Amino acid sequence: MVGYLIRRLIGMFVLLFLLSVTVFVLFSMLPGDPARLTCGKACSPEIVASNRHRLGLDEPVIVQYQKFVTGIFAGRVYAPNSPDPVVCEAPCLGYSFFRRETVGSLLTRAAPVTFWLAIGAFLIWIAVGLFLGIIAALNRGKWLDRLIMGISLIGYSMPSFFIGLVFVFFIIIKLQWLPFPSFVQPWDNPIGFLQTMILPWIVLAILYAAFYIRLTRNQVLETFGEDYVRTARSKGLPERVVVVKHALRAGLTPIVTAAGLDLAGLLGGAIISENIFSLPGLGSLAVDSVLQSDLPVITGLTLVTASLIIFANLVVDLFYAVIDPRVRIG
Amino acid sequence: MIEPEARRDRPFLSVENLSVAFPTEDGLVRAVDGVSFQLERGKTLAIVGESGSGKSVTAQAIMGLHNRKATQISGQIWLDNQELVGMPLPEVQDLRGNEMAMIFQDPMSSLHPFYRIGDQITEAIRVHRKISKAAARQETLDMLRHVGIPAVERRIDAYPHQLSGGMRQRVMIAMALINSPQLLIADEPTTALDVTVQAQILELIQRLQGEFGTTVIVITHDLGIVADMADEVAVMYGARIVEQAPTAILYDRAEMPYTLGLLASIPRMDRALTERLDPIRGNPPSPINLPKGCVFQPRCKYWELNVDRNLPLNVRPELVEAEPGHWVRCHLPPEVRRRISREVIHGLTEVSST
Repeated sequence: MVGYLIRRLIGMFVLLFLLSVTVFVLFSMLPGDPARLTCGKACSPEIVASNRHRLGLDEPVIVQYQKFVTGIFAGRVYAPNSPDPVVCEAPCLGYSFFRRETVGSLLTRAAPVTFWLAIGAFLIWIAVGLFLGIIAALNRGKWLDRLIMGISLIGYSMPSFFIGLVFVFFIIIKLQWLPFPSFVQPWDNPIGFLQTMILPWIVLAILYAAFYIRLTRNQVLETFGEDYVRTARSKGLPERVVVVKHALRAGLTPIVTAAGLDLAGLLGGAIISENIFSLPGLGSLAVDSVLQSDLPVITGLTLVTASLIIFANLVVDLFYAVIDPRVRIG
Repeated sequence: MIEPEARRDRPFLSVENLSVAFPTEDGLVRAVDGVSFQLERGKTLAIVGESGSGKSVTAQAIMGLHNRKATQISGQIWLDNQELVGMPLPEVQDLRGNEMAMIFQDPMSSLHPFYRIGDQITEAIRVHRKISKAAARQETLDMLRHVGIPAVERRIDAYPHQLSGGMRQRVMIAMALINSPQLLIADEPTTALDVTVQAQILELIQRLQGEFGTTVIVITHDLGIVADMADEVAVMYGARIVEQAPTAILYDRAEMPYTLGLLASIPRMDRALTERLDPIRGNPPSPINLPKGCVFQPRCKYWELNVDRNLPLNVRPELVEAEPGHWVRCHLPPEVRRRISREVIHGLTEVSST
């Protein structure tokens, strides 16, 4: 188990290294000049050139990459010889010339918003998805099953930007049941927090819940056909024990692990929901940065999101090993 | 006091005119159609047939393991004077794993992959008897030792995937016998195992049957393995019993062409090398659309003996008693059947004596 963990951690770092190289090279080949973003419209070519040199953007990509990596581990100083050098402490993910702020502080500001959004939606969709999926499976072929699957199909086929806009229009603008969303920390203003988050949570959860209802139903039905479930019945166990201890325990494991990966993906930013509800999370930050060709932010975001997913993969695999003894011997 | 007297007349297990059907998208599957047999306490019945013949469904109906909502079931199943068909589920659950138990074809998939084998067995004990965990564990250890598992103190905490196929089936047997059931149903208990292990498992079942006095139904597609084991053999084809007899009689003078086909397709060491196996031609019929007359007729190579064309093509043959205890379901006239039987079985004997 320890050896397995070490192997996985090494693999994780290799993957992150390759990823950072890819991202860096890819973005450095893009058209567009980061140095151009350092000053406004009335900007002479001389100033751009001197800024480019000041920020080290005229150096070869390999040197830039090396400085970038050094920055992650040791921090770095931008424009050290200028009158106002920018100190970016480790882990330094870069500096946004456009926003005049380190990528690290931008991410730190946006991350909690996305975190709360993702966690809330996750809890809702897991609860609804598993509950309705199991109910549908236990009532296979009956009207309740059909009803749940019908609802799930509707939820699945509605684009979240549509549901989101409908919610904003009716619940916030027309009926004014909720104030306009404005993110506050839950411990500062719990009620305002809930009022802001409840609609984004629902919008985000609908799509995933619809998917997880189907996944759960199929998974549970499949498990009910397993030989070991028949064995459990042949032992004379009550149906409740057969269902919960033998069928669901085995059937739901893959779902919980899939959910872990989905959650990790969401933690990297829920672009549509954040934009519709004006939540200043990672998704909004990503969209803005792309529109403004703010490469350092995009690079930083990509790395952080990818790390999250890679890390979640590891957690999920370890979790699987705890649940399923067949995986345990690495 | 008339009632107990009358009850005593019923054999330990009595299946009477059992029919099982379940609807599918393609139509109603008549998996078992009018099956009857009796089994005395401590005896062994082998139910032999191809996949889809209804042998496993018969076993599941006895255990009540069929889908109770979707399945249409009729007839009677009497186990120790209790009628199982229509018995409420909680009562069936009291019997399952307690008075009747079952082992299955593939011990890998039949054991739960997430739980230690010891826990899976103690679970079977504690659902039927109120004893302490420690006592249940001790009983499990004893039983595992009894079914021939080495180093039980270590193995009891193993997971199924850590054991070999033969060991897993021993675990299944231990689990089935842990509450000393009176009836044990073994559904293809050796099919998924290595050939070298098959004989060990069959011997184990026989030994335990002797010790516990268990009544056994063994279900198999392989007539070869039942010869030493079964007192009685029922051959199933197309949802019905087509021939039934005490084992010795069946091996000596089976009459139904399907049974003869099964006997002829057993590989035998004493057969001449030049002689090829004689497989049964064609495939089993679809259980949704069984032939109107004799279900085996389309595959029967003796049907052409029907030179007078007077055998009824659209009438189902009845199960008739060819001799006491020997039942045959076949349209062919008795003298023709006996001639074929002598040809097939005597032919084999002739080769072996040369």
